[in-house]
Amino acid sequence: MSAPRPGTSERVRWRREFLRIAGASLAAAAVGSHSRASWAASPRVVVVGAGYGGATAAKYIRKWSGGKIDVTVVEREAAFVSCPVSNLVIGGSRTLADITVPFDGLVQWGARIVHDEAVDIDPVARSIKLRRGDGLSYDRLILSPGVDFIYDDIPSLRTAEAQARAPHAWKAGPQTVLLRAQLEAMADGGVFAIHIPKAPFRCPPAPYERACQVAHYFSTHKKKSRIIVLDSNEEIQSKKALFANAWESLYKGYIDYRPNSALVDVDFATRTLQLDFENVKADVINVIPPQRAGAIARRLGMANANDRFCQVDFLTYESTAQRGIHVLGDAIQVAPLMPKSGHMANQQAKVCAAAIVALLSGEVVNPTPIMANACYSYIDDKQAGHVTSVHAYDSAQKTMIVAPGSGGVSQTATESDGVFADAWAHNIWADMLL
Amino acid sequence: MNLGNGLAMDLAMKFGKRRAIAIVALSLSIWTAFTLWTALTFAAGATPGANAGRDIAANCAACHGTDGRSRGAMPSLAGRDPRVIVQSIADFRDGRRASTVMGQLAKGYTDDQIESVAAYFGAQAKP
Repeated sequence: MSAPRPGTSERVRWRREFLRIAGASLAAAAVGSHSRASWAASPRVVVVGAGYGGATAAKYIRKWSGGKIDVTVVEREAAFVSCPVSNLVIGGSRTLADITVPFDGLVQWGARIVHDEAVDIDPVARSIKLRRGDGLSYDRLILSPGVDFIYDDIPSLRTAEAQARAPHAWKAGPQTVLLRAQLEAMADGGVFAIHIPKAPFRCPPAPYERACQVAHYFSTHKKKSRIIVLDSNEEIQSKKALFANAWESLYKGYIDYRPNSALVDVDFATRTLQLDFENVKADVINVIPPQRAGAIARRLGMANANDRFCQVDFLTYESTAQRGIHVLGDAIQVAPLMPKSGHMANQQAKVCAAAIVALLSGEVVNPTPIMANACYSYIDDKQAGHVTSVHAYDSAQKTMIVAPGSGGVSQTATESDGVFADAWAHNIWADMLL
Repeated sequence: MNLGNGLAMDLAMKFGKRRAIAIVALSLSIWTAFTLWTALTFAAGATPGANAGRDIAANCAACHGTDGRSRGAMPSLAGRDPRVIVQSIADFRDGRRASTVMGQLAKGYTDDQIESVAAYFGAQAKP
């Protein structure tokens, strides 16, 4: 039996009831669904340092915010010069021009480039002070200053004049050209000595790649010259088999590797490196000093790992010491097995960019970021080897952990890896800057 | 369930069984339609994982170019059929296809992550 036909008052009640339930359904659907981004009024991000970390962050914040976030980049240099591949300039198979990329591409993305130096931060007013120009205010600040060198324990190297006589060439640019010029000026039969600091330092395989590049130069141009590698560490720090194989085969007799060789000082009068138990004379001296986060990232208590590097939240790269300030690249205290590499800085920058876009638009920060590392080292002008790893966020340990089973390392160099190494460089420079 | 039963009984008592069923059915269909509509409209919205494909593609971009548009020896992935990308990565991972770094990297990602990154690349304009 059907229910009796409702009267007028019943119809009204029916309609009212229907609307109430339909309204509740709509509300429930709206709550359960995705919400629209709610942007803060013209949010501003300032990025200090346009290297692998900072340039990538600036570009991806512009890209992923659809241009809604105002991005200003503070950079000392007129153009980007890559540390990766710079050892080949020292070896003579590339020029500085080959590893230089202008900043025009970032401007195309709508970022403003200010060629200046950040000297101080006011975390309360959320502003930074520049050496020459007017200060800049920010909603979020990204510091990607790279590393500064620590000369405390190498007394004779404390002056700029001494540092030019024993160049580090650990920041690509004039120092790279200087070291190359010294190697070219050295008479055949001379000795090149490279000193490697205790880990952690920027780019773990790079000192050994440098030894290969100089050996490539010597074996093709100065066959009587020799290389002494003085390593503060007890063994080769990255791609050990790759380098050891190259030294044993391609460069047999050219490279004398001495582990546990910490530097005490340099005597420039006799061109001698003084170690704990021996003195080593050399014609060209390349001292790579110990490193710490760039000065601007050491302010405000941010270098809270051994007073050298900056601890960050790996979901956002926000400093654990200062709210609203993010730190990227070689300046951070890395997660386990995460190298201080340009590739890692590029990957960190994108996690940071995604988090900042989310934070400034009222969205949810990705709770499970993941990133990859692929790092190539050349053993001569054509052959290279690689090391890879995948790092995923572990919410229990609150850090990035190498994904089980992922990654690998070359035992010997190949020409195909050499081709990929060159393509890697051009693609990552474009990913940062174009 | 108690709430549902209570509401159904309440409606049935007020309006009779047929009308009660009609009300519930209408409400449910409105709810379903609206949920679908919002899900499709705001697919790039706020829920965690909504940007998974985009964010993982940014892992690949360092070697394969931004949004999978490569300038060198690594192949461009933008605009490629997602099924082909998923199959290639699985072949690298499981050793059916030789590689230098891809087999090592593929082992670090879950099937869901590979599906989402393949879908992202598939949706990009071809270079």
